[in-house]
Amino acid sequence: MAYSEKLLDHYENPRNVGSMDKDDPSVGTGLVGAPACGDVMRLQIRVSPEGVIEDARFKTFGCGSAIASSSLATEWIKGKNINEAATIKNSQIAEELSLPPVKIHCSVLAEDAIKSAIEDYKAKRAARAALNADASVAEPTAAL
Amino acid sequence: MALKFPIYMDNHATTPMDKRVLEAMLPYFTQDFGNAASRTHAYGWHAEAAVEDARETIADYLGAESGKEIVFTSGATESDNLAIKGVAEYYKGKGNHIITTTIEHKAVLDSCKRLEKDGYAVTYVNAGPDGLVNPADIEKAITDKTILVSVMLANNEVGTIQPIGEIGAITRARGVLLHCDAVQGFGKTPFDVRAMNVDLASLTAHKIYGPKGVGALYVRRSKPRVRLVAQMDGGGHERGNRSGTLNVPGIVGFAKAVQIFKQEGVAEANRIRALRDRLHGKINKELDSVFLNGHPEKRLPGNLNLSFSFVEGEGLMMAIKDVAVSSGSACTSASLEPSYVLRSMGLDEELAHSSIRFGLGRFNTEEEVDYVAELVIAKVKRLRELSPLYEMHQQGIDIKSIQWAAH
Repeated sequence: MAYSEKLLDHYENPRNVGSMDKDDPSVGTGLVGAPACGDVMRLQIRVSPEGVIEDARFKTFGCGSAIASSSLATEWIKGKNINEAATIKNSQIAEELSLPPVKIHCSVLAEDAIKSAIEDYKAKRAARAALNADASVAEPTAAL
Repeated sequence: MALKFPIYMDNHATTPMDKRVLEAMLPYFTQDFGNAASRTHAYGWHAEAAVEDARETIADYLGAESGKEIVFTSGATESDNLAIKGVAEYYKGKGNHIITTTIEHKAVLDSCKRLEKDGYAVTYVNAGPDGLVNPADIEKAITDKTILVSVMLANNEVGTIQPIGEIGAITRARGVLLHCDAVQGFGKTPFDVRAMNVDLASLTAHKIYGPKGVGALYVRRSKPRVRLVAQMDGGGHERGNRSGTLNVPGIVGFAKAVQIFKQEGVAEANRIRALRDRLHGKINKELDSVFLNGHPEKRLPGNLNLSFSFVEGEGLMMAIKDVAVSSGSACTSASLEPSYVLRSMGLDEELAHSSIRFGLGRFNTEEEVDYVAELVIAKVKRLRELSPLYEMHQQGIDIKSIQWAAH
């Protein structure tokens, strides 16, 4: 199978490899795929209070196309607002890397990883907001 | 000597032709081009003599009684098809049951599947986790309807060498025919059709440094005499078992390849085994979580099938593209299913995805082995740095405890 130069570049020199503290409130983590299927992607984002993805990191267990798709995904979402990043489609990733048909699922996984990381961040933020709301309700009672 | 890239370590798939084989073949393309079936002139006689010589050479190496027991074919796939379908058709009055194993080559499995559609019953016996078929499991599967048992000599993925002699003792005692797909083991591990009570055996030249496009089926002619229904109709060549003009240069090359094994096979196996063990030793010394697939001892000398945990096979092959190997990973096939051989041995799917098959052969050198070992070690380390599973492993997280969403 002949791979595109862009794909090979991302595979040979993957961008943004690494990990973030998943317990950090500003970090969202997406873990998608399954070892039994031969692909696992973990994509993490650090989001500013304004909702901008300041940094992104990934680690991937998978074939060259899976590694390249996740590397490209981190590159594309950095600097984007989370709502904007959530609109990235697998077809764009597949097109950019010229993925062969049998590898399209790698780009689907990368899209899922982005969405999953954003969801995780949003869920954390919502939980924190709920906690703060609870705390503000509780205060007057404590004052009595 | 400078290394030539990519380094070929996929000798289970095919082997480069030995130059001595090529030299033996060359005259049969041009001056000795006759049709071995031409009985009316010297061109035909000469070709026929060369073919008969080749038959004797191959029969002798197999422990067969005579060259008449060799049917030349286009390769092992045809031999497997002819053996299984040909026997099933001829003996259908006697029974309709066939026994084989789940780790056979597709040429055997798919021939059996075809017969199932035609009303035959097939029992697929599982191999153990080391790839070894238990002869007792074969014996248990035999019924009064069983006409044929088909078990490979050595597995093409994990190299496990099957106890054909033990299975042959059972099939002979029970009056059932035994077919052995000997493609991978032939020349590389002792094989004797008489001593092992094998009734049919599939062979191919291109796995033993001979040409592609030529193979043979050994068909026993006495005690018992095995009968087949031909699957290729035409001029009645090969005693009516396989019509078609004989591939004379191919057959001459096949016999030359066998003759080289006769003379050098044992020494060569020892040399290749030492190289294989050197490669394995170096990798094991530098990397953790590497697992050997197949039987640790009962294995082809050139076979090294390893699972590099936490690294996906195709991803690794891309990283070691200076080496030609193959993987049990799903991603290397159109089916997206990891190796059926590894799965039927009960291997964890993640490890099946992480497997690489190194197949060493006649032309591999110590220098190549050392280069490959270093490359593999460096690239596995790099890919593990990229692997979320390796990070979890290092943090003591059991990957199996995570609820993965299958996709």
